[in-house]
Amino acid sequence: MKITVAGDRKEVTDGLTVAELIKQENVETPEYVTVSVNEEFIESGSFAEHVLKDGDEVEFLYFMGGGMR
Amino acid sequence: MLVTINKKDFDSIVEHAKKNLPEEACGLIAGEDLPDGTRAIRKVYLLENVDHTNEHFSISPKDQLATIKDIRSNGLKPLGNWHSHPESPSRPSEEDKRLANDSNASYLILSLMDSDKPVLNAFHVESADGEKIVRKEELEVLD
Repeated sequence: MKITVAGDRKEVTDGLTVAELIKQENVETPEYVTVSVNEEFIESGSFAEHVLKDGDEVEFLYFMGGGMR
Repeated sequence: MLVTINKKDFDSIVEHAKKNLPEEACGLIAGEDLPDGTRAIRKVYLLENVDHTNEHFSISPKDQLATIKDIRSNGLKPLGNWHSHPESPSRPSEEDKRLANDSNASYLILSLMDSDKPVLNAFHVESADGEKIVRKEELEVLD
């Protein structure tokens, strides 16, 4: 099946989960990443169960923050 | 890496940051990586600091997602973020380093310690052996 990951269309295996995609894409520090699929945010506890479907659009959003200290 | 930003975008960051004083201000940057290795910022996004303090900033995932959608619809790519330091120099704090987890991103920091002479610098942050390595990027403001 084909999905779009961070704007790039790619072929992935059927039944791929969000957790597997995170590994496959070598996402850095996944604990600081929010995942959206078709503009819906996925709970981090559901990454292993959330199965992707053909045509899904996935974004990895790094936590954007900081401080003066 | 050379990072370029046009004067208009530089001015809009400074204006937004001054308007939000005493709080830190923040946003995202978008553009393209050119074949010669230059990173060209084509658009800056002025977003809400949901922390609303002078010591921290955070961008909500909702704002981030909406911005990334706009970036892609403009044929650009997300390049990183920017934030202001109202009372400290233009360099990453320990917290900035800890929370900089995208080694593909450029992190721009605007110091308003002297608000008449704002200083903007760009940084690359990556992890190696559990340490955060910070490298200053060359930043050029284009007229």
